[in-house]
Amino acid sequence: MPSRDEIFEKVRDTLCDALGVDEDEVKESSTLFGDLGAESIDILDILFRLEKGFGIKIPRSELLPENVTAADPNFVANGVLTPAGVAELKAKMPHADIDSFAKDPRVEKLPDLLTVKMVVNFLESKLA
Amino acid sequence: MRWMWVDRFVEFESGKRAVSIKNVSLAEEHLHDHFPGFPVMPHSLILEGLAQTGGILLGETHQFSQVVILAKVPRMTFHSYVTPGETLTYRVTLEDVNADGGMVSASAKVGERLVADGEILFAHVNPDQPGAVRVDQKSFVFELLRGVLDVGKAGDPSLPTV
Repeated sequence: MPSRDEIFEKVRDTLCDALGVDEDEVKESSTLFGDLGAESIDILDILFRLEKGFGIKIPRSELLPENVTAADPNFVANGVLTPAGVAELKAKMPHADIDSFAKDPRVEKLPDLLTVKMVVNFLESKLA
Repeated sequence: MRWMWVDRFVEFESGKRAVSIKNVSLAEEHLHDHFPGFPVMPHSLILEGLAQTGGILLGETHQFSQVVILAKVPRMTFHSYVTPGETLTYRVTLEDVNADGGMVSASAKVGERLVADGEILFAHVNPDQPGAVRVDQKSFVFELLRGVLDVGKAGDPSLPTV
């Protein structure tokens, strides 16, 4: 099993290839959509590259579950996730930093959950 | 004029690879518009030919049940230009495929001379999605490729029977 540093390096190289960013721009705390300028279609590109790089299958729904908040009307109220919504997110995305998100759980902040650290966490658990 | 940037498929291995050709003619308008006085095949249209070849390779894996669109060109390098009378050979290899789309590696050559190489990413678009363009992809593909999907495996030089 690769070490966390090795996983990070591979993820960083993948993001450099897929997003055309420089190595030093990619930090664990970087958000893919915000800091690294990814667009939704880049996710497919990144997934294919990670699959190839690590030799595993990565279902998009595992890394980035879609429509978690839309699944139940009780998960969102006035554009903010309810405690039930936050709990659901935590269950569906154990690799994401939901605790930090929960301090300001606005729906519009959801894309910021996708950080380099989250991808590394995901791969670490997947490769364990 | 029709938006067809491949003349013929010459090899087709389902789910793996495809080879197509494009003959470049001085009669084609776009050669004259691109750099007036210096007729060459525009690189953008070489990319389109590679994408049509790769898109059909991907679409055939699910019998064209999904609409395949060019989503991204992560990398494409052009090494030389193509002049009238030359035949481009487009080679694409399906590198990855899943429910959301697929990735191909692709190269364009004239004989042994490398013209372009890179990667192309395709996405599947759900035609029922709001705002999605409805494309009759099957008829597009089959009009373009009448009979070409009947070509033999790699290495079979026989022409398609139309």
